[in-house]
Amino acid sequence: MRRVLPWVIGAALVAVPFVYHEPYPLHIMVIVLIWSTMYTSWSVMGRFGLVSLGHGGFMGIGAYVVALLWNYLQLTPWIGIPLAMLATAVIALLVAYPCFRFRIIGHYFALVTLALSAIVQQVIIATRDYSGGSLGYTPNRYHDGNSIYALQFTDKQTWYLIALGAWAVALLIRYRVDRSMLRYALEAIAEDEDAAAAAGVHVTAEKLKITLLSAAMTAFGGALYCQYQMFISPDTVTGFAVSLQMVFAAVVGGIYVLLGPTVGAIITIVLAEALRIFFGTAAVGWDNLIYGVLLVLFIIFLPQGLVGSLLPDRARSGKAEPPSTSPALQGPSAQSVAATDG
Amino acid sequence: MFGIDIYLLEALINGLLLGGVLALLALGLNLIFGVIDVVWICYVELIMLGMYGMYYMYVSFHMPFVFAAVICIAGVGGLGMLLHILVIAPLLGSAPINQLLATGGVLFFLQSFATVAFGIDFRNLGIRLPVLEVSGMFLSYARLLACGTALAGMVLVYLFLARTYTGTAIRAIAQDRQIMPLMGVDTRRIYLITSFVGGALAGLAACLLVLQYDIHPFIGLTFGPITFLICVLGGLGNMFGGFVAAFIFAEIISVSGLYLDLEWGYVFAFVFFIVVMFIRPRGLMARRS
Repeated sequence: MRRVLPWVIGAALVAVPFVYHEPYPLHIMVIVLIWSTMYTSWSVMGRFGLVSLGHGGFMGIGAYVVALLWNYLQLTPWIGIPLAMLATAVIALLVAYPCFRFRIIGHYFALVTLALSAIVQQVIIATRDYSGGSLGYTPNRYHDGNSIYALQFTDKQTWYLIALGAWAVALLIRYRVDRSMLRYALEAIAEDEDAAAAAGVHVTAEKLKITLLSAAMTAFGGALYCQYQMFISPDTVTGFAVSLQMVFAAVVGGIYVLLGPTVGAIITIVLAEALRIFFGTAAVGWDNLIYGVLLVLFIIFLPQGLVGSLLPDRARSGKAEPPSTSPALQGPSAQSVAATDG
Repeated sequence: MFGIDIYLLEALINGLLLGGVLALLALGLNLIFGVIDVVWICYVELIMLGMYGMYYMYVSFHMPFVFAAVICIAGVGGLGMLLHILVIAPLLGSAPINQLLATGGVLFFLQSFATVAFGIDFRNLGIRLPVLEVSGMFLSYARLLACGTALAGMVLVYLFLARTYTGTAIRAIAQDRQIMPLMGVDTRRIYLITSFVGGALAGLAACLLVLQYDIHPFIGLTFGPITFLICVLGGLGNMFGGFVAAFIFAEIISVSGLYLDLEWGYVFAFVFFIVVMFIRPRGLMARRS
């Protein structure tokens, strides 16, 4: 049963657009899938205690590089997206390598990567003559807006299938990472870098691998977002706010569970849309208000995230050990409470 | 003329004035980090609330500015204590990243609270302070006042930490969190006082910023990242380092803004930050451990 279930659900998800054509619910599903792809990408590294606030920057690079290449060089996104992912990986390498080499970890890593996403945002605003600045940017429409060559489609069904594919690939990558040697190396590093190094783990190389993977996946999500929405702006695809949004949605869903970030995306997006539908413009801000309270409560009372807390230990992704041994995002341990509560 | 461009000089002096305010922003955050070992990601949102408080007290209730400022400082100090009791205290023993994320949740909450309660309009007090002209240079009086008050506030905090019994206890806790409880210091009380002082500094910053900037719910995104980066650049928890870093940042922003757009000033400042982090990972003036 457990082996068959994912395939049944997968088949059901693929069948949705062939039997169901309402544009608005499909739009919500596409948005959820695209953001889930990015949240999952974040969790690929985030679950090992590598809390990056630079993913807003990676998403922005992905989105803007593809759009700029298309508009200025008429380069198809089929080439543009790999180039954007490569560019993102190079930038991630430039920032992450020295970080890992010089042991910038914890708060410091989060804040250095925060600087990266702030830089990407400010560069986009500063180059407003080319990138449209704060007003945003639109990739040129190709003929009637339906073209595989330009990766532009006007119907939601096609986009649903594309987003579903991207999300499935992201889940697959995360699944593979969870079952690889890389995972054991990174868990050892998260536990104690010196001990891991002494045990023969190449700390810098292992951390770099996961960071580049995560950054490139996020850039892919950003490019997809750009192609779907056909409009990007520095506030919606880069910066501090987007970075925090990624971290928090993943944390609310649960970063130690394969589907945690997806559940986080569903909760946050459906909450925002429901409030918008039922309360209209009066609800502006309420979604984040509830979201912020939930987040604080989750971190205090359910540090494993929603899905993580509902599942029994055994069912969580990764079979070897319960995730409570990972250093970040765990509840207060008896020992450290005793040490600080004096 | 004197071998130095008058515009450059003006930019340098404006940078100094901006630096004073940034230093004040960084001081509160550094104090909290140094003593409680927690980063309040929502620190700038407290300032935003303080600015709204100033707006309503000054514009709606017609209070005198100085009186409103005192209430604002005390009120935001109280908010700091509340934040500590509700969010930080339950998380004191958990991973640092959890604390960072929890205060990030508070950031979302406060931002949207302001959106819901006050709307997204830009507001200002409607006070226009004159612009001083000093030998061909134009200096904003509001900035001068802000910088002066910020420096005075910092001196007060310094005296409080250096000369009072409570201040000594706070510095002692910052040095060794385990030993001080054994020496008979009530850490919970010290944490509350520190949270109040940190909050009060945010309140003071609110009173000064409200003279120069329009108030809107997302103003935190303008000042937030730069404040954290200044603290990290100076070495988290190192108040003197934060002070120096604030002036370096302000000068980079101000001087680059003279030759290019203001955004490039931020870009250069952030790039400078990343490069320094690689050379001195624990900040410009790292605490010896």
